[in-house]
Formats: sequence, C-alpha cells, structure tokens
Amino acid sequence: MSTTRKRVYGYLAEFGSASALYKAAEKVRDAGYRKWDCHTPYPVHGLDGAMGMKRSILPWFVFFGGMLGTFTGFFLASATQTEIWGWLPGLNHAIESYPTVVQGKPANIFTVPAFFPIMFELTILFSGFTTLFGLLALMKLPRLNHPLFASHQFHRATDDAFFIALEARDPKFSPEGTRQFLEEIGGKSIELVEEED
Amino acid sequence: MASATEHAPSTTRQGPKLPVLKREKLILSGRSYHWISDRIVSVVENRQPLLWWLLFLPSALIAMVGVGLSLTYLVSTGVGVWGMSNRTFWGWDITNFVFWIGIGHAGTLISAVLFLTRQNWRTSINRAAEAMTIFAVMCAGIFPAFHVGRVWMAWFLAPIPNANSIWQNFKSPLLWDVFAVSTYFTISLIFWYLGMVPDLATIRDRCKPGLRKMLYGIFSLGWRGGNRQWSHYEMAYLLLAALSTPLVLSVHSVVSFDFATSVVPGWHTTIFPPYFVAGAIFGGFAMVLTIMVPARQLYGLQDLITMKHIDNMAKIILLTGTIVGYAYLMELFVAYYSGALYEMEAFRIRITGPYWWAYLAMMSCNVLSPQFFWFKWCRENLWVVMAVSMCVNVGMWFERFVIIVGTLGRMFLPGDWKTYSPSFVEISLFIGTIGMFLSLFLLFLRFLPCINIAEVKWTLLESDPHFDDYNDHPDHGTEVVAAYQHELHSKGAVEAKA
Repeated sequence: MSTTRKRVYGYLAEFGSASALYKAAEKVRDAGYRKWDCHTPYPVHGLDGAMGMKRSILPWFVFFGGMLGTFTGFFLASATQTEIWGWLPGLNHAIESYPTVVQGKPANIFTVPAFFPIMFELTILFSGFTTLFGLLALMKLPRLNHPLFASHQFHRATDDAFFIALEARDPKFSPEGTRQFLEEIGGKSIELVEEED
Repeated sequence: MASATEHAPSTTRQGPKLPVLKREKLILSGRSYHWISDRIVSVVENRQPLLWWLLFLPSALIAMVGVGLSLTYLVSTGVGVWGMSNRTFWGWDITNFVFWIGIGHAGTLISAVLFLTRQNWRTSINRAAEAMTIFAVMCAGIFPAFHVGRVWMAWFLAPIPNANSIWQNFKSPLLWDVFAVSTYFTISLIFWYLGMVPDLATIRDRCKPGLRKMLYGIFSLGWRGGNRQWSHYEMAYLLLAALSTPLVLSVHSVVSFDFATSVVPGWHTTIFPPYFVAGAIFGGFAMVLTIMVPARQLYGLQDLITMKHIDNMAKIILLTGTIVGYAYLMELFVAYYSGALYEMEAFRIRITGPYWWAYLAMMSCNVLSPQFFWFKWCRENLWVVMAVSMCVNVGMWFERFVIIVGTLGRMFLPGDWKTYSPSFVEISLFIGTIGMFLSLFLLFLRFLPCINIAEVKWTLLESDPHFDDYNDHPDHGTEVVAAYQHELHSKGAVEAKA
C-alpha cells in the first residue's frame, strides 16, 4: 500500500507552435502570473519580452570576472619580472622577482607590452569560467530531479512540443481558474503535475 | 546617400515590385522538429554502420601504437630519438604542433565568428567543427609537451615558481604560447559543452531508464528548456562567442610570435600573425570538409548539411587560400624590397634549396588547388571538394614544414647547415596523432549529437514566433530582399524624382 503524499507542482499545457506559445505567453504575462515558464525545444527569440522578463545579468558577472583576469595577468607577470610592486610590504618575500633584461625587454613598467598576451589570455580565461559558473548559478542548474520530469508529456519539450508550466506556488494559482485560463488561451492536453512530498 | 537610406522603407512599399531574391533553405525537404531530433539522435541510438567500425578499429590501433609506443620509447630513451640536431632544434614536432593547432581554428571560427555575424548556416556544422577543435588541440598539445625533453618537468610551464623559486619568463613568446593554447583549449571545451547541454537533454528524454539515461541525465545537468533558462543560456553563448572570436585570432598570432619575435631571417616578419591566422582558418575549414562530407553520407544527413553548407565552406576555403597565397607572395616581395641580404637568401634557399619540393607542394596545394572553387561545378562535386580539401590539409602541413625546417636547416652560418630528416619515431608519432584524432572524432559521432539539434530547429521558418502572422500577410517572411537591392531601389527612386 502506497503512503506517499502528492503535492501539486502546477499545470502544464501544450501549445501547437511557437507563434501560439508566444501569444499565450503574452496573455499569461498580462494576467499577472509570476511563477511560470515556457518550455521550448529551441530558444524562441522574443519570448523574453512576451514573458515580461528582464535581460540576463550575466554580462555583469563576466565583466568583473574578465577584469579580475586582466589584473591577475598583469600582477603575475609584473610581480615576477619587475620590481614595480616593491612598495607593497612583504611582497618581495612572498614573490622572488627577477628583474633581468631578457630579449632586450626592460625590467620596469615599460616592459608592459610583453605582458599583454598573458593579460589578454587570462582575461578570456577568467571570463570564460565566470560565464560557465555564472550561467549555472543563474539557471539554478545542475538540478537532476524536477517535478516536471514526472509529467507524461514533458519529455517532448526537448523534441517538438511547446509548453507553458504555471506553478502552484504562484499567488494567482487556483486549481479550477488556472485550468480554465489555460484552456482559454489555447492550451491543449492540460496536465496537473504532481510531485512526491 | 544618407537621405536615400533614411527613406528606404517608405519608398520600398510604394515603389514598383522588385524581383525578390529567395534565400536558400538551410534544411531541405520540409523536415519537422521531430524528424530533426530523430535523425540526429538516431546516430547515437542505433548500431553503428560497418564503415564506422572499419574506420574506428584501424585508427584506434594506429593511435595506440603511434602515440603510445612512440611516446614510451621517447620518454624512456630521451628526446634524441627524434631527428633534430643542434641547429635544427625544431622539426616535425613544432610543424605538427602548428599544423594541429591550425586545424582547430575553423571550429571556433564557425561557432563564434559566424555566430556573431548571424550566419545561420553554421548551425548544421558547428558542433562537429567544435569537436574537431577539441581533438585537434589535444593532438597539438602532445608535441610541445614532449619536445621539452624531460616531460616530467613540463609543470615548469605552469605559472608557479620551481624548486629554486625561479619564475617563468613572462616576456617569452613560448610562455605566451602556453597561456594561449591552454586558454584556447579550456574555452573551446566550455563552449562545446555548454552548446551541447540542450541536445544531451534531448537524448536523455528519449532514453529508456537505465545507465544511459543516467549518464546523459548527469551531463545534461537537468536541462528543461525553460525560457528562464534559455534566456541566460543564450546570453552565455553570445558571451562565449564574443570571447572566443578575439581568442582564436590571438592563439595563432601568439603561435606565430614564436617565430616572428626572433631575429631569424624568414621568420622575423610582421605579416606572420595575420598570415598564420588566415592559414589556420584555411586548413581548418579543409579539415571540417574532410570529415563532415563522409559523415554526412554515412549517416544520411543530407537534408541538414546541404550542398549550400558545403558551397559556403568551399568559398571560405577559396577566400582564405587566396589570402594565404597573397601572404606567400608578399613575403617574397618584402624580402626583395627590404634589400636585406640574409632575408633574400633565406627565401632563395626556400624555393631552390634542398626543400624546394616542400615549397612546391605548399604552393600548389595551398594556392593553386583552392582556385578550382571559383567554378560552381567544382563546389558542387563532392569528389572535387574532397580532393581539394585533402590537398589543402597536406599543403598546410608543408607550409609549417617549410617555415620551420627550411629556415632552421639554413641559418646564418654555412658551417651549421644540415639537412634535417625525421626519424622513425617522429613519423610514427605524427601518424599516431592522425589516428588519435580520427578515433576521437568517431567516438564523438558515436556518443554525442553531431549536429546542434536545438539550433538547427531554430533555423526553420516556423520557429519564428511571428511565423503565423507572416502567413496571413501577403508579403511573408520566406522571401528576403537582399540589402543591396533595397539600396538599389531607393537610389532608383531618388533618381526618378530628380
């Protein structure tokens, strides 16, 4: 005998095409729902606006990540090849620098062009890592379990179907009203998705 | 002019009807979303055709014997088993390194530069090209890592002080190389993997419960295709493309600095960075065609990788091949024009010296063979396309050979002159990396989606959220007026008014 309790995650409704989904998304947005999402097999451009979403803030993370990379590259190269960091107490003990003239390149700040390749590569490297981890944080992934995976039709979201999922934790959610609303905006095979509590 | 473009939209609507250029479809036969996922994932799901095994087993064997045994022998005996000498201190090792690194560049170019320039035809080929980048850089890395001699000291390359607390020379192009190549590999890997996450989710959702589903589930990170994910995802993809574009240009420029910052005649030239980058794109696109044309036939992907894609790549090969040809001639001209005796002599020896055959192979394969692509029937004949691509692969290897060995074998002092010939270990190591590259690529075809499923779907016309509206409208979105036609029309309207 099963004793698991079920908790309602929300409604999942299918839409026939990207155009239908787009128009439906505008209506969901205008109806004032907050906790909902459109699931599509490919990125539908313009859907951000139809859903009333803001632009991703990822570039800001990456900007600062990249700046950190530039500085790291400059510091790494200059602290070991020049003595321009001599004013920092204790740094000379921490990093043994060799301010020698190699390949005719001076051992002071004027050697900075020789550091540009390193600074550039580290800028890119740090930005890349910030992009990866910033993206995962913003998408709230990896998350291997999700209530939607219990749905009978959701596996088609990565194939050829367009879904809108309205979550039960949305203040405007009501078991009857939301279902009716989804029907009105053209949703098909509407399914109540439940998760095990 | 400015006023003409400003008024262009209104005049276009009122003016006479123009012949409209139809844009070629990127996916043929009106395939559905489901067909696309089905066809691409079936490559992974079904048993591999016999040809796959016939290619995989020999290449895996060649990789194991070539790379495995050669490196074991090299490490246990010493780097003297290579054919190098005091003067020719770089030979096949750096030739192969530059060759493989160059191969990798087309992958990043297709995924990043063509993405930024909104070339939607890239979507069918970018995944395989990116995979090619990863594997080519892996092959490339072997050579510099082992040419240092004591490979267990390779950690000296990393920016950490050694036992005597001596730091690396950050002013050296060789250390720039370490940073550039390792950054390039890391960023390419991130780009490739992130681009694959939605497609791995597609495979996951089609799997029956079991080990496969679990593995694809783990690597797809729980992707659900929600627009709140897509929105960040697309931004990340854009950022990575924007980061990779200067990166790919920098990597081969830095590789060329290894040569260009020296004072060796024939190397010390400012044309090297652009010339190396163009050559890398040239060689890389040839390799994309070399592996994608057979893969397309093998798995029946003709509707996704159309003749249009092959045509476009052939045109890029023609363009970059011509740039490379210009660089060769400009090198000769500058050597003559500079009046520098050593520079002139270096190029005279390159053309008529002991490696004249390598120079001839380079010129005919890289400059002459792509010229066939001026002709439409050559771009449409897959045998010609394959033959030219193979020629370019060979020619680009010879280019690096000519630059490296042809120069080092004839440096300043005639007393140092020595004709270099590779040892058996060098040859088998190079052939081994070809086997490694091929077997890795075949494994990629076997286990991962070889075409970007999500992005290919996106190129279908009905993927546009306003597609239904276009259909109601008489002048719908399937016909695209080229920008220059707009311009021509608005010019004509202005003249008619005057």
